[in-house]
Amino acid sequence: MSQFAINLLFVGASFALYIGIAIWARAGSTKDFYVAGGGVHPITNGMATAADWMSAASFISMAGLLASGGYANSTFLMGWTGGYVILAMLLAPYLRKFGKFTVPDFIGDRFYSRAARLVAVICLIVASVTYVIGQMTGAGVAFSRFLEVSNTWGIWIAAFIVFLYAVFGGMKGITYTQVAQYIVLIIAYTIPAVFIAMQLTGNPIPMFGMFSTHTESGVPLLQKLDDVVNALGFRDYTADVDNKLNMVLFTLSLMIGTAGLPHVIIRFFTVPKVADARWSAGWALVFIALLYLTAPAVGSMARLNLMTTVYPEMSGQVENYEEAASNPILYEDRPEWVRTWEETGLITFNDANNDGRIQFYNDGNADFAETAESRGWEGSELTVNNDILVLANPEIANLPGWVIGLIAAGGIAAALSTAAGLLLAISSAISHDLIKTMINPNITEKGEMLAARISMGGAILLATYLGLNPPGFAAQTVALAFGIAGASLFPALMMGIFSKRVNNKGAVAGMLAGLLTTLLYIFTYLGWFFVPETNMLPNTPDNWILGISPLSFGAIGAMFNFAVAYLVSNATEEPPQEIQDLVESVRYPKGAGGAVSH
Amino acid sequence: MAEDKSNAEAYWKANVRLITGCLIVWAFVSYGCAILFRPLLAGIPVGGTDLGFWFAQQGSILTFICLIFFYAWKMNKLDEKFGLGE
Repeated sequence: MSQFAINLLFVGASFALYIGIAIWARAGSTKDFYVAGGGVHPITNGMATAADWMSAASFISMAGLLASGGYANSTFLMGWTGGYVILAMLLAPYLRKFGKFTVPDFIGDRFYSRAARLVAVICLIVASVTYVIGQMTGAGVAFSRFLEVSNTWGIWIAAFIVFLYAVFGGMKGITYTQVAQYIVLIIAYTIPAVFIAMQLTGNPIPMFGMFSTHTESGVPLLQKLDDVVNALGFRDYTADVDNKLNMVLFTLSLMIGTAGLPHVIIRFFTVPKVADARWSAGWALVFIALLYLTAPAVGSMARLNLMTTVYPEMSGQVENYEEAASNPILYEDRPEWVRTWEETGLITFNDANNDGRIQFYNDGNADFAETAESRGWEGSELTVNNDILVLANPEIANLPGWVIGLIAAGGIAAALSTAAGLLLAISSAISHDLIKTMINPNITEKGEMLAARISMGGAILLATYLGLNPPGFAAQTVALAFGIAGASLFPALMMGIFSKRVNNKGAVAGMLAGLLTTLLYIFTYLGWFFVPETNMLPNTPDNWILGISPLSFGAIGAMFNFAVAYLVSNATEEPPQEIQDLVESVRYPKGAGGAVSH
Repeated sequence: MAEDKSNAEAYWKANVRLITGCLIVWAFVSYGCAILFRPLLAGIPVGGTDLGFWFAQQGSILTFICLIFFYAWKMNKLDEKFGLGE
């Protein structure tokens, strides 16, 4: 069977499964549509949350980020998992107790303000739309690589599949497909990682293999990797970072951004009880960690594999790294997987000094320039796109064709599961917060259901359109979506629960302060609305205030939010008694029913 | 009613105390061991590198999982103790 047929079989089988679930899990009421009926088991919800959370970026890009950045990119690992601790303790159980359908519902009711609800809806839509574009393009890339269809067709197929289970099943259909998608993606991620860990270290568990001895050379794997990259002018893989303030703030921004992302929060509205929301956050992190603990192993091992593919003399015990590093392989002798990926343009080779060999080193390092010159090197000749490391893993490790098929199905599952969660957050904000609460409170249950389905269909069309024509801000998901969620939504939600004193004026002023300072800082360096060339300062570390990057500013924006909300609230009247009673009631689990509309 | 109120207040205080404790550990392993104190832990070798690196890539995640389950377990006990569970 050809590789194409195998890929088609795996992806087709996974789609048949999702469609089967769509038929089985149709939504009969708005409660089904928004919160899957409210009776999802905490472990099931944990698994669905993990798939909801782990996007195409987690599945495809994270190992590549770690491979290229080493220690410095640990921020993503800690930031995207540490957020669950604050979610479990500061938000999820109380929002579950509140018992309504959406995140703006809580903000609007708690701060008894249409303005607050509207700001929350806008923040939710901007953050979620930015995020969903990346999922659509990610699905398009996976389709075009593995199923030989064009990117455009790939995106349309992805949209059609999501349409089937999201429009008919709502949260109910999404929950059970996410469980299936989690299983597909985690198997796809783990199998090649286990084989690679076995090959390099003899240890079948990647997270342990990463810290054990590299079989071929007899030195610890990470030390070996440091030696190898160092000999080619790269920073040590495990090198510490100088700007600790920025690293701390970046990690914190990712954590509060994770906790404040509406598509993650609404997953916790689907469990029966407050206690279940707490357990469920723990299970979600367990399922996420299965991938996140494997990713650094995949990153480091793939980097070592890549370097020793180019410099075979460096793979075993090396007496003299200088010498081993001066003998890269001939371009003709490159392995098959390099040839395959060259065809996609994600690996490119340009023989700068015409010697027929592949020089791959850090040509941006001034201290290494002399060494490179003495070897007759005229610039690094190989460029490798970070994203291919996970996708190419099975080929690098010489695994059978069905593993490649599995990776294809896994990458698509990761993109679809996150896209569906985001689309539900967007459509419920429109049908529930805008139409039902703000425009037409007298709408019937049936009418709201129809509005929810139409909003979902519209959101899918919008996401498809933006996936096909990605705007400039699509690449700034981390800055924009996490910045908004962390600086605007997270503080408002937290203060709504932990303070009885913060009132409508304080909350609105705080959310706007957090949102606007963060956007201002991001736009200053990345351009107004991300239009190229409109940035007021170059986006380089010397221009950042105190060395704080635009990606790390969400945490500072959140501080502005807290400070302004506190000051404005204390200068104005106390919230009315019924609001203070509402805060009391969300704090105590007693008396939580299922999620209700009103 | 007054008794209910003071009972509820005591429950909330206990919850906030528990959260504070958990978040101190949360910040200590991630911002502390993995980032700020990494140079201080450089002398402790772990599989070819140092303890700070291990915390940054594995240790903090494992600690986060333990923290959430510990919190959920403790809160269940508090719910029961104060009679405020479901």
